[in-house]
Amino acid sequence: MKSLTDSGSAATVENPIAGIDQTKGDFTYDVAYEFDAGTGLSERTIDYISSVKKEADWIRAFRRQALQVFQSKPMPTHWATRDLENIDFDRIRYYLASGQKPKRTWDEVPEDIKRTFERLGIPEQERKFLAGVEAQFDSEAAYSNIKEIVAKQGVIFVNSTEGLREHPDLFRRWFGKVIPTGDNKFSALNSAVFSGGSFIYVPPGVKVAQPLQAYFRINAENFGQFERTLIIADEGSEVTYMEGCTAPKFSTATLHSAVVELVALKGAKIQYITVQNWANNVFNLVTKRGLAHAEAEIKWIDCNIGSRLTMKYPGVVLKGRKARGEVISIALANDGQHQDTGAKMIHAADETTSNVVSKSISVGQGRATYRGQVHIPKRLRGCRNNTECDALLINTNSRTDTYPAITVRGDRNSIQHEASVSKVSEDMIFYMQQRGLSEGQAMSLAVNGFINDLARQFPMEYSVELKRLIDLEMEGSVG
Amino acid sequence: MSSLVIHDLHVSIGDRPIIKNLSLTVNSGEVHAIMGPNGTGKSTLAKVIAGHPDYTVTGGDVLLDGRSVLEQEADERARAGLFLAFQYPSEIPGVSIANFLRAAVQARLPEGEEIDATAYYKRLYAKMDLLKIERKFTSRAVNEGFSGGEKKRCEILQMAMLEPKMAVMDETDSGLDIDALRIVSDGVNALRGPGLGVLMITHYQRLLNHIVPDFVHVMYDGRIVKSGDKSLALDLESRGYDWVKQELAALPA
Repeated sequence: MKSLTDSGSAATVENPIAGIDQTKGDFTYDVAYEFDAGTGLSERTIDYISSVKKEADWIRAFRRQALQVFQSKPMPTHWATRDLENIDFDRIRYYLASGQKPKRTWDEVPEDIKRTFERLGIPEQERKFLAGVEAQFDSEAAYSNIKEIVAKQGVIFVNSTEGLREHPDLFRRWFGKVIPTGDNKFSALNSAVFSGGSFIYVPPGVKVAQPLQAYFRINAENFGQFERTLIIADEGSEVTYMEGCTAPKFSTATLHSAVVELVALKGAKIQYITVQNWANNVFNLVTKRGLAHAEAEIKWIDCNIGSRLTMKYPGVVLKGRKARGEVISIALANDGQHQDTGAKMIHAADETTSNVVSKSISVGQGRATYRGQVHIPKRLRGCRNNTECDALLINTNSRTDTYPAITVRGDRNSIQHEASVSKVSEDMIFYMQQRGLSEGQAMSLAVNGFINDLARQFPMEYSVELKRLIDLEMEGSVG
Repeated sequence: MSSLVIHDLHVSIGDRPIIKNLSLTVNSGEVHAIMGPNGTGKSTLAKVIAGHPDYTVTGGDVLLDGRSVLEQEADERARAGLFLAFQYPSEIPGVSIANFLRAAVQARLPEGEEIDATAYYKRLYAKMDLLKIERKFTSRAVNEGFSGGEKKRCEILQMAMLEPKMAVMDETDSGLDIDALRIVSDGVNALRGPGLGVLMITHYQRLLNHIVPDFVHVMYDGRIVKSGDKSLALDLESRGYDWVKQELAALPA
């Protein structure tokens, strides 16, 4: 076993949960980790990660520089929640892995890891409707495979570690270009310690018919997951990427801080779908942005359920003429949860269009915040933005806030903004109960109705999953 | 054979008594009409029977087939066979009538049993044909943007699908023009039969020209003060409620 410090070299992770399976992802099996960077963050942590991954010098330097940026940037609590101050960076484990190379078949995946993904249904989904799957377990992908027919078209789908190693030129050309290290404190943190995540390249004109999927699983306590995803869709190509995430419910905080960069070259289309269902001790602080060249289209479909605090504002930089950007987001904040989500649309070329539709649901003392940024500079013409944000409050103590920031200069562009806050009224619940639905069923139906127009845009398998997650969340909301 | 028995019922909102010592029995196959001036407790009666949480029953009982429903939640009563056609039905945005009814039918199945979707739609379309409702109606979200007439048709369709033993219809005629009134009445008449008891609450006689009741009751000040057959409704129409009030005032206290 290789290890950085004695204190951080625990061979196994204890299962802190006595009775498992309250929700689908809330379970953990003991796993023996071969690589462990220990607890806390310093240059030594970064050197350990770089050494273990056998990285080139430039990436090691990139990480070191990012660490300095991270350390120099204050927490953004002047606008964000003070709950961020409760993250104890010294108690987090930054790198845990059982191996350095993902397996290409499930049979090769170590038994203790494989059973986790089997329980989450990943191999089954892969057989049913996916073009490729990457399954990340803590810091590294345990499994990564792409269907032969897709690989033959020249599509690259590997994890970021392999991407760096096997496709360095392509990787380096776009890496950190959409989201620079210093974009925010957490993009800097990710840049310092990133591991895992997907690297995808789709050659010109190739349309990947089935989705590629990644599944991010946190297994260990006090752990930080920092995957880094880079997707490049070359001219006229199309790809859909889906990610799912779960973690067991530990008593201590877990950190998930990803950076996702998308590049859609001329006329390309990228659709990025997230259905996250984090346990409610996870700080989920993610930076996601796409760069859309001329006539390209980037669409984020983002569904946030669970976590203690999620801060995520997927964005699109509309760099080329007639580029299109879209963010469709659903957030559900239950007791003890804060979903601080939104969208950024940066128009940087003529005739670019963007669409933001956000729906949030606050249950109990849950809190949903929408932050939007739309920027259209004066020199542009023919740009359009549509922003809609709707909030649904379930209980009288639920909370929602909306902070839309729309800057449109000049008189040759158009924007449209609508916002609404609604409540599930007692009358509505009584009406549904009078038809024989229990109070919980009535709530679920009301919530599913609220997001129905958005949920229909999800692939079938995911909208079924979404409905099931909402039913589970709403079960405990009445009483 | 089913029965809805309301026995010496007393109901309050907060400290204010609304229903005072009301008794009434509806058997399946019968249509009863309750008429009365505004503010006399008619709609309260409908909601109490259905189990609305805002009202407190301070005395008496409501029994369905001999069993008290007062301890049951609204949804249990509904599944036991009680239906309330609302005066002001709620909108459920984003939920189609077809999906809503499907959930309601599913809720009546034993635990673990999954609804047979094909059979469900077959039955739904048969009921829609019976009530002369167009197919596309059930793809619309429940009551969202509906006219008064559409809302009431939606109530009648739900009643047809859920096949209650007892239906309480609260001011079903309110807000309807004469054409809508006829359509809704035709629907109720189509559902009338030996398996269904109906308690119709209305302010106006005109509904009773379309749905002819077997019994008519006059409600005033929280109780039933007069009962008779359909001719009583006609008397009320020609003489007004003041006649009843005067008759009551003349009674010894």
